[in-house]
Amino acid sequence: MPTRRRALLVILLLALLGLASLVIALAAGSLPVSAVDIGRALLGDTTDVAAEVVRSLRLPRALAAFACGALLALAGALMQVLLRNPLADPYVLGISGGASVGALGAMLLGLPALLVHGGAFSGALAATLLVFGLARGEGSWTQTRLLLTGVIVAAGCGAVVALILSIAPENKLRGMLFWLMGDLSHAASPAPALLMLALGLLAALPFSRDLNLLARGDLTARALGVPVARLRGGVYVLAAMATAVAVTTTGAVGFVGLVVPHLVRLAIGNDQRVLLPAAALAGGVLLTLADTLARTIVAPQQLPVGVLTALIGVPVFLYLLTRSPRGGAS
Amino acid sequence: MTALLSVCDLEVNIGTVCVAAGLGFDLQAGQRLAILGRNGTGKTTLLSTLAGLREPEAGTISLCGGEYAALGARRAAQLRGLLPQGHLDAFQSTVLETALIGRHPHLGRWAWEGREDARLAREALAAVDLAGFSAREVHTLSGGERQRLAIAALLAQQPRLYLLDEPLAHLDLNHQIAVLELFSRRAREDGVGIVMVLHDINLALRHADRALLLFGEGRTLEGPAEAVLTVETLSRLYGHPLREMRDGERRYFVPD
Repeated sequence: MPTRRRALLVILLLALLGLASLVIALAAGSLPVSAVDIGRALLGDTTDVAAEVVRSLRLPRALAAFACGALLALAGALMQVLLRNPLADPYVLGISGGASVGALGAMLLGLPALLVHGGAFSGALAATLLVFGLARGEGSWTQTRLLLTGVIVAAGCGAVVALILSIAPENKLRGMLFWLMGDLSHAASPAPALLMLALGLLAALPFSRDLNLLARGDLTARALGVPVARLRGGVYVLAAMATAVAVTTTGAVGFVGLVVPHLVRLAIGNDQRVLLPAAALAGGVLLTLADTLARTIVAPQQLPVGVLTALIGVPVFLYLLTRSPRGGAS
Repeated sequence: MTALLSVCDLEVNIGTVCVAAGLGFDLQAGQRLAILGRNGTGKTTLLSTLAGLREPEAGTISLCGGEYAALGARRAAQLRGLLPQGHLDAFQSTVLETALIGRHPHLGRWAWEGREDARLAREALAAVDLAGFSAREVHTLSGGERQRLAIAALLAQQPRLYLLDEPLAHLDLNHQIAVLELFSRRAREDGVGIVMVLHDINLALRHADRALLLFGEGRTLEGPAEAVLTVETLSRLYGHPLREMRDGERRYFVPD
């Protein structure tokens, strides 16, 4: 029996975890900072080196990691409902492929960072519109058609990415590879991602019970009064925007969008009213911690965060899939 | 008194195939209508048209005196419920959660299911013989149990008009009778209307007041079940000769 009290408890718990993960991200690094000093630095009443490091280096990066992890998990949960497929993730419809082509193309031309971000965002939107337009076809877009179109567009983007990598000069390759794996050391400002996260949750939560019904089939949902066509259009746009903003900020970080909604679903069930905010918080926690590890375990060397999320994500996902057959496609 | 369901001059096509043309009938409160026809004659399409989920090519459908466009999707969902054929369970869910989906049209945007909703859902589960199943995962149910769960969700919805697409699918004999008796009791005691697609002529004869036969190519026949269900019409309907047997007052049809 779903109750509001249980939902609030779950969300409160995850919010505390989120706060803890942010504190860890601000404290850890080549210059360890104590919790008290973090508080002082954030309140702005000191100007020493530690405070400067926390304020201008670690805080934007931690917030970007948190917001993007949350966006990817939210988009993943939405895509899984939209495609009624537990194996869907935010990239399944070619959004990251499009973003990769845009970002790598901009890097190949030697454009500044701002235009690389712009390229990623335009690429993501172009791929989204392409898939949506093609899958819509004669007006009725089934899940299978949408999924197939997305997979094919993603494959096409993959080929273009391979082409760019093979003709790119040596000195640009490292940056490109890091972008493809997801990397927060060149992250854009966290503001757009935080704003998108707030907007995304505000837009999705009022419709979360409708989404519960959508997950049970179009006909069931429509018979119970859910405006399915409008809802699916809205979910598609929202998931695509969330993914595009996340990918633009951090590159194509993998597995957060697939694994986090699953983890949360296994822990608390598939009620979207709890699942959506809980997955967003859990995604934020995972990416914040993964990024903290990525910049500390082999410091001063930095690892691309996408490698860590995948290294954590793949075994966890395989474990869940073998342990619980009903969590997978059935 | 306004009819629960009023159909006037209805034309329904699937592509170039005509399901019904010039179809008109009224279903009063407490009446049960059985739809019979061969595979692929458009019974499901007609049912979703009657549910307001598909625009008819022509004609009007009124539910409790209002057309679907005027009622809106939410109000319509409070008045009529649809039991679809087959059930998708892509994600895990418990039996109680699944029964509770019927409460959706009665809850506000931010409202959660309350005690009363839980009581209705549990009552509905008990009515289809799933009383002890609340905490079970839907994936662990058998086909027949899953079908009864879908019926429970529909009962929890408490509509005035039930549209049932093959409600007896996957059910064993005792549950087939139990489900038909359950709906007959609701019709008699609460005055709800029932429209059901059936394949069993003898059950239709016993549990329906009216019958609608779909012959294909738009030809239909609607009327009191006793009058409409005859050897002549049914043999024509199924393209196979039938024979009528009598046991006192009761009539039975068996394939020849």
